[in-house]
Amino acid sequence: MRGRIAILFSVVAFGLAAPLLAQTDEEVEAHKLVLDLTGAFSNDGFKLRDGHWTGTIKPQERALIAVNLYAGNQYWFSAAANTKAKKISVDVYDETGKPMVVETFNEGGRASAGFSPTTSGQYFVSLGLLEGEATAFCLVYSYK
Amino acid sequence: MIFPGRFTAIAFLMGTTAAFGAESAPAPIPADQLAKAIRTDALTIPTPGELFAAFEKPGKPDWAGQYRSPIPMTYRNRGQIALNLGGLIADGFIAVEAQDSQQVKNIGTDIIKLAKALGVSENVLSRGNSISEFAENSEWDALQEELEATQNEVKASMQSHSDQDLVILVSLGGWIRGTQVVSASIIKNYDDRSAKVLRQPAVVNFIHTKINEIAPDLQNEPLVKAVSGQLSAVEKLVTFQPGKAPTLEEVKKVNQAVSKLMEDIQNKTEAK
Repeated sequence: MRGRIAILFSVVAFGLAAPLLAQTDEEVEAHKLVLDLTGAFSNDGFKLRDGHWTGTIKPQERALIAVNLYAGNQYWFSAAANTKAKKISVDVYDETGKPMVVETFNEGGRASAGFSPTTSGQYFVSLGLLEGEATAFCLVYSYK
Repeated sequence: MIFPGRFTAIAFLMGTTAAFGAESAPAPIPADQLAKAIRTDALTIPTPGELFAAFEKPGKPDWAGQYRSPIPMTYRNRGQIALNLGGLIADGFIAVEAQDSQQVKNIGTDIIKLAKALGVSENVLSRGNSISEFAENSEWDALQEELEATQNEVKASMQSHSDQDLVILVSLGGWIRGTQVVSASIIKNYDDRSAKVLRQPAVVNFIHTKINEIAPDLQNEPLVKAVSGQLSAVEKLVTFQPGKAPTLEEVKKVNQAVSKLMEDIQNKTEAK
């Protein structure tokens, strides 16, 4: 009985810990694709933040990720997904949910939004799957 | 304001004919959806490097004037070590901004000492050698990346060693030290453009929320409890009207509050 409980606990504990430690193949692929995309920004003097978010987004759904930005910096938020995603979007909103005017780059499963805040504080990056099948997305950002 | 003249260059670098331009604004997002947004240590808490990049836009401050005396390396309390590790990593970013090779090497050595005390992985320890090499060769951009990577490696190692509760303390230590340095610099030479970077209530709120979720025994350790107990007050102090720079008096209040926290964090006699 004790052994069964121990095994059950291990399975549950692994299930909880796994999202922290492991990524699916699709997430790894999305991460690689987005890093390819950000190379251009690095060439332009932007520093890539060593952190990312990955997760699955379904058609016509979006993921909202909170970020905290500084007035004076310029930012590029970049996202990518594999070929299941035909068109994706990246948008930026302020702390009240108001959409910010951003410069955009879109190419199939890759998209970026460029933004220079004049107010420091919290912003929200929205990732959307406009066309295609549900798949893993990866978001990173660069700043200078 | 976006980046005039930037896009042609970037499109060229990308070697693509992809759509590039200003998009029509989407619909606003209601507050209940914003409340459910994903918040992660990896993206929601800015690094000291991001703070310093924005802060020095109006003019390069006297970074070396913000150095502090070396802190003790003999803490035994894991919460205190994690908080100080975050502060030290921020010190590393300051030394990089000051382009001071020797200071970077000294801080790199201290970071590794504290990281060892927490039993982090060999990967982290090898970062110490890279930091020294980059500092020797004055590779400042690479150093900044290496410091950020070291911080992330420390956090990843904590997670894999079931020490994930310490991760937020590293972030908190870094935020407090970064804010202390920036507010002290603003007091020395007030500039409203620089002062605007201090508006970060959501960062403090997020860190406070995460600390309230850590294991009760760590949460109730005197130092963690004392620091956590001050965060609501600090959050109010860094809440300024959007677009409006804090006054010199307001900056002084922020500096006083974070300096007190930093003093408690690095005080050896507080260690249990």
